[in-house]
Amino acid sequence: MTATSVLDVRGLSARYGHVEALRGVDMHVEVGELVAILGPNGAGKSTLMRALLGLVPTEGQVRFCGRDVPRRNPVAATALGLILVPEGRGIFAPMTVAENLELGAYLLHDGAEFARRHERVLALFPRLRERLGQVAGSLSGGEQQMLAIGRALMAGPKILLLDEPSLGLAPRVIEEILEKLGDLNRDGLPIILVEQKAPLALKLARRAYLMSVGSIAAEIDPRTVKSHDELARFYLG
Amino acid sequence: MNSHASIWANGRRNVALLALWGAAAAFVVYVFVTGGYLIAVLHFAAIYVIFVTGLNIFMGYTGQVSFGHNAFAAISGYTSAVLTTRYSIEPMAAASLGLAGALTCALLVGYPTLRLRGHYLAMATLAIGLIAYEVAVQWGSVTQGYMGISGIPPLGIGRWTVTSDRALLVLLVAIAALGVLASAGIRRSRLGRALVAIAGSEDAARALGIDVARYKLIAFLISAFYAGLAGSLFVHAVGFVSPEVYGLHMVVLAFTMLYVGGIGTVTGAALGALIVSLLPETFRTFSDYQDLAYGAVLIVILIYAPGGLAALPTLWSSRRKEGA
Repeated sequence: MTATSVLDVRGLSARYGHVEALRGVDMHVEVGELVAILGPNGAGKSTLMRALLGLVPTEGQVRFCGRDVPRRNPVAATALGLILVPEGRGIFAPMTVAENLELGAYLLHDGAEFARRHERVLALFPRLRERLGQVAGSLSGGEQQMLAIGRALMAGPKILLLDEPSLGLAPRVIEEILEKLGDLNRDGLPIILVEQKAPLALKLARRAYLMSVGSIAAEIDPRTVKSHDELARFYLG
Repeated sequence: MNSHASIWANGRRNVALLALWGAAAAFVVYVFVTGGYLIAVLHFAAIYVIFVTGLNIFMGYTGQVSFGHNAFAAISGYTSAVLTTRYSIEPMAAASLGLAGALTCALLVGYPTLRLRGHYLAMATLAIGLIAYEVAVQWGSVTQGYMGISGIPPLGIGRWTVTSDRALLVLLVAIAALGVLASAGIRRSRLGRALVAIAGSEDAARALGIDVARYKLIAFLISAFYAGLAGSLFVHAVGFVSPEVYGLHMVVLAFTMLYVGGIGTVTGAALGALIVSLLPETFRTFSDYQDLAYGAVLIVILIYAPGGLAALPTLWSSRRKEGA
């Protein structure tokens, strides 16, 4: 771990019953960095996100801003500022957009700070402002993803974990959302971006980890990946 | 879908719901004025409005399953019955002790069982309801078994007691209305949003810092409170209690009300309780087959209108929009 690490993960393992889904993962995220996690289906990318937050039983160490993240305690991890935008967005369909955003700031008890974050989210995603009173389930896929990210920002993340934000979205919408993530990152927010669509993620990321059957197979410098063929070699070994 | 269309649909839905509630209120007033047998039916309906509104907080808002809330009604009701008849304790005090008993039991039962999910939670709660029934049957020295306890005094404070059917109707409707208002308040509160979030996705809720286990227990306790209140009100309203009152039939009835009205909506549960309570007058000819009739209604509703009556206006308006 270097002095500038925001997140430092050592030997993180997780299992579902007898199946070992994550095996001794070592990784780190530096201040202001956007790190991509790539890999095929079933490589353990989502499990890694869930393990960082303590949503699954784990072994190993996760240090965040110099503090140990308690195991099996997502509420405490969230309070530390480790905020996850879950796979499939996890928005609350029967509630309005406004209610979803309010839920994002569930642990916040400061009206002025709430208003600041709320304004910031609506400035980032103006379309959500028009939809505040609308039921979240009636939003388009892209708007739902914006809501999921907006809700996460309401939680005041010190690092943002995104699990496949591009899932099921049209290319133009994906581009728009990734652009916003780039903006957030340039403002200093560290981000871990899980993506199957590697080329998209590599455009944004400073570093990338490639996962395969539950462990980190390689660390990639996006600048050195010049072609799809080269990337394919990583996947296929 | 643009926002104008949705506001229009919301407006239409509100108008339709208001019309339904207006009709319900008019019916209550009509029965109050004309009196007769229907007053007793409405007593029963108001008590079930309370029971089902509470169950809706646990099953609708929070998305959990319980086949066992009849147990909390039974504990509270029997406590009230025994304390007033055998120890001559004031009905209000007895009912309060009954509620405390139901809540204590809910806490003891809820803490371990709420770690279970889906079918497992459903089975565990079913067991609780069956155990309560068996205890009511077997513990004859206290509950008088199948014979039941009669001569339970009506509600009242000091010298003022609710003896007339009309006064009882006013009291029960007022309590039921308070119960529905409280449920609406809960839905709009921070607590309510957390509960609905848990129903949506437990993991997503956890990832926002919501303590899922704690809030499930809170929802369980609130709904047990409503169940206990309904259980005590029943014995004092009817003056008699037997194990059958809180049997599996109560669960079937409550589920039918919940789904007919619209599970998870704020007022749907109450609406369902009101309408289904009036159905037995139609189903009375079936006598022993009443549960069968409820079951059939439940299946039809689940297939053709899973959102219940509360969702019908929305369904209509969305059909119209598709047509337009």
